[in-house]
Amino acid sequence: MKAAVVVFPGSNCDRDCKVAIERSTASTVTMVWHQDTELPPGVDLIVLPGGFSYGDYLRCGAMAALSPVMAEVKAAASRGVAVAGICNGFQILCEVGLLPGALLRNAALKYVCKTVDLDIVNGQTRFTAAFGDQRQAVMTVGNGEGNFFADEATLDRLEGEGQVVFRYRTNPNGSSRAIAGIINPAGNVLGLMPHPDRAFEAELGSSDGALLFQSVMASA
Amino acid sequence: MKAVVHVFLKPGVLDVQGKAVQSALHGLGWSDVDGVRVGRVIEFDMTGADAADARTRVEAMCQRLLANPVIEGYRVEIAA
Repeated sequence: MKAAVVVFPGSNCDRDCKVAIERSTASTVTMVWHQDTELPPGVDLIVLPGGFSYGDYLRCGAMAALSPVMAEVKAAASRGVAVAGICNGFQILCEVGLLPGALLRNAALKYVCKTVDLDIVNGQTRFTAAFGDQRQAVMTVGNGEGNFFADEATLDRLEGEGQVVFRYRTNPNGSSRAIAGIINPAGNVLGLMPHPDRAFEAELGSSDGALLFQSVMASA
Repeated sequence: MKAVVHVFLKPGVLDVQGKAVQSALHGLGWSDVDGVRVGRVIEFDMTGADAADARTRVEAMCQRLLANPVIEGYRVEIAA
């Protein structure tokens, strides 16, 4: 599998993602600068990593959504390339319109950094197939604005169409319907607040994140 | 001319900052305060003399960048 990790000014999980993908899938990972106007040819997976791109100025993800590289990411997504936005990457995918909704300030106004138990709501996506019969996963979150919001009609549609992929077993930040991760209707763009890149081997407390990257590899 | 854009979370969207500020005001004794919303103000200068045209351009800026229409509403003021 060929993977690319986009680096924005203020990204801080870009190298974590690179190492996580390399160790989980033995794939080649190329780092792509936000000003770049082309992605590596034949790329199978594009990851928008966590962090505080552009210092979260204006709104989290708002400035990154306008980076030159995002035009390429959108074009790749429309060709069916797998795109995963983790944490700040999820916020960017919402800002750029590849996923519905938005991420608000956490309900308790606190930065939440902890291990979370997740239900795998849809185990038949390109990002979750390798979980097999496993219905739950353990990853960590680290966010101040991870409170997923969408209007009721959008939430109903997400639930009805199987677009809710991960749900918190205990809601850490007030997210609507405890949603932790969603996918687009085509099934190739995933956004999630928990970090698979911080849970890819047992020494980190969980290796469930590796299954996410291995799922994409199997579909590539 | 000068543009002033006020951006606030939409009425149905929980404004946790507003809630926290309201609760702090209550704590200071202003118990009659209700409905606190915290937003942001963005000001900038623009060239051109046509206020209606300026307003149209600023509204487009709000749609594209200054506000997120999923969660935020905005109000535009144009001053000479």
